[in-house]
Amino acid sequence: MKLIAKTLLAAPGIAFALPAYAQEAMTLDEKVNSAFAKFTGPFVSLIFAPLPGTSFPWIVLWLVVAATVFTFYFAFVQLRFFSHAIALVRGDYSDPKDAGEVSHFQALTTALSGTVGLGNIAGVAVAVGIGGPGATFWMILAGLLGMASKFTECTLGVKYRNEYADGSVSGGPMYYISKGFAERGLPGGKVLSVLFAIFCILGALGGGNMFQANQAHAQISGIFGEYPGWITGIVFAVIVFAVIVGGIKSIANVTEKVVPFMGILYVGAALIILLVNYDKIGWAFGQIFTGAFTGLGIAGGFVGALIQGFKRAAFSNEAGVGSAAIAHSAVRTNEPITEGFVSLLEPLIDTVVICTMTALVITISGQLISDPATGLYVLDGSSIATVDGNSGVALTSAAFASGISWFPYVLAIAVVLFAFSTMISWSYYGLKAWTYLFGEGKISELIFKVIFCVFVVIGAAASLGPVIDFSDAAIFAMAVVNITGLYFLMSIVRKEMHSYSARLASGEIKKFKH
Amino acid sequence: MTTKLIVGLDGTGSGDRALAFASNLAALIGDCELVVAYVIEWSPYSFQTPEENAMRHKRREEEISTARERIIDPAVNELTAAGLKVQGVVRHGDVADTLNAICEEQGGQQIIVCRSSEGGFAKRFFGSATSNLVMSATVPVTVIA
Repeated sequence: MKLIAKTLLAAPGIAFALPAYAQEAMTLDEKVNSAFAKFTGPFVSLIFAPLPGTSFPWIVLWLVVAATVFTFYFAFVQLRFFSHAIALVRGDYSDPKDAGEVSHFQALTTALSGTVGLGNIAGVAVAVGIGGPGATFWMILAGLLGMASKFTECTLGVKYRNEYADGSVSGGPMYYISKGFAERGLPGGKVLSVLFAIFCILGALGGGNMFQANQAHAQISGIFGEYPGWITGIVFAVIVFAVIVGGIKSIANVTEKVVPFMGILYVGAALIILLVNYDKIGWAFGQIFTGAFTGLGIAGGFVGALIQGFKRAAFSNEAGVGSAAIAHSAVRTNEPITEGFVSLLEPLIDTVVICTMTALVITISGQLISDPATGLYVLDGSSIATVDGNSGVALTSAAFASGISWFPYVLAIAVVLFAFSTMISWSYYGLKAWTYLFGEGKISELIFKVIFCVFVVIGAAASLGPVIDFSDAAIFAMAVVNITGLYFLMSIVRKEMHSYSARLASGEIKKFKH
Repeated sequence: MTTKLIVGLDGTGSGDRALAFASNLAALIGDCELVVAYVIEWSPYSFQTPEENAMRHKRREEEISTARERIIDPAVNELTAAGLKVQGVVRHGDVADTLNAICEEQGGQQIIVCRSSEGGFAKRFFGSATSNLVMSATVPVTVIA
């Protein structure tokens, strides 16, 4: 997210600039930045520190290693139970008498609306722009491995959720770490849960809120010309306030319906461009595979492609971060493992399908300049030179425009809507962490919701670099705590998987007639 | 053998007409049981916010309880008082599919619904729901005008 922010802010046509009459506020911003950076700098540096002698952030390795461990520990659950996951989403195993409860499909799409967004549009452009088409190969691999991380965390999310007397539910890493550790007699569960909740609140206010508002404003001002960011911030804050405080469901409902439509439109447009250029698809895959192992002239060679691919996949699908476990825990099922199976589709849709589509369109569009004599990409600094000098979301936009001239307008709307739906999702994740720390209750919830809305304005109005850096770091700090918890609790998930698998094979678990 | 008739209600006056027809038919048949059903339109494929999901179980219970209190219980009480054997059912789902599923579960011989163009508490039987039922039902369907 940090890298995307910087690229987007630098992208021509969507430059983020504070208004002339807000120059006084700039001084205040700078003071805040400076003070904040002093406090949070060491933490941010620690989270994003590269491995010695490389530019590979250790946090990305932490996520990829965890995904690999879970893949082997659950014996390639993402392959073995893939068709079963589809059957669960279709409702084949749902008792018709439970109709009216949250379905597997609903839990999946709700979690997806929190993850599909800027990472798929701008993040992939950054990965391909720096790491070349080869980055796509590593991105797909990371997405496939990440499916096992989602499976683990979402199973636990449902198993250890809190169900209250009024029928509402709360779940997520803070609940499964504290309850799971207590059940296994392990110490430190409460401490880890509190740490997770703190990072989750900070991540929700930063990456899930300020960053989104900031980028939405950048997009809008890119179309309508530059204007003060606080205007966008206040408009967004009022809408978010109406939804999360006022309970005006119609806005949320419209968003929830429009966002999947925009997602389908995005993939549809990519497919049309690929079909029109069908003769180049083979070549594009050739570039992806060759680039994955040779780099095709990019800075850092194939290692550079690998770093970019892994990084963007991890940043996009949030596998191992723990946020999806909060969203998935609301499903109504007697078998927590079924939600784990369903959730493993999330990185597949987010990373393997949508991110790959973006990468293919960028590759096929010819926006990346290569030397015809050598076949290697031409570098402009550390990035690949592009036709119009674009990077980030502007590169994606230009690539789509090469096939469908009016698509950049649709893309701009999609970015704003994705930003809004991500904000709504993260307001909920943050709220659950808040109520875990401060207790359930209307006043407690209202305090968080108001704080959340205030941060929407701050995010859109100010260029608080260190604050955004810190909130990014907080999101990935969630992964440090969550994955630590998952390592200690994964045996519980395996036990559940074996039990379910045996009952499925024996016919005890049957499909329902619909 | 007891004949079972499924009566789909929509919470409006039109539903009452279906109920009145079914009641008369049951009296004529003699050994007859009525299953009075109300289906709350719901799709497992709709898109919801995380907060809506978290509150969904509670809302579902409230919806069922409201439908029972306002629609099913008064109908069941009225028919029972008239000496008929009656049971009430409230379900969520697609109206046509769910009414047919209830009928199959109960071993019903006929489904009675009303063609309604009225608004009201729940517009459950507008156009397509009734026509879908007529097209897909596995038993005869009587549509009361």
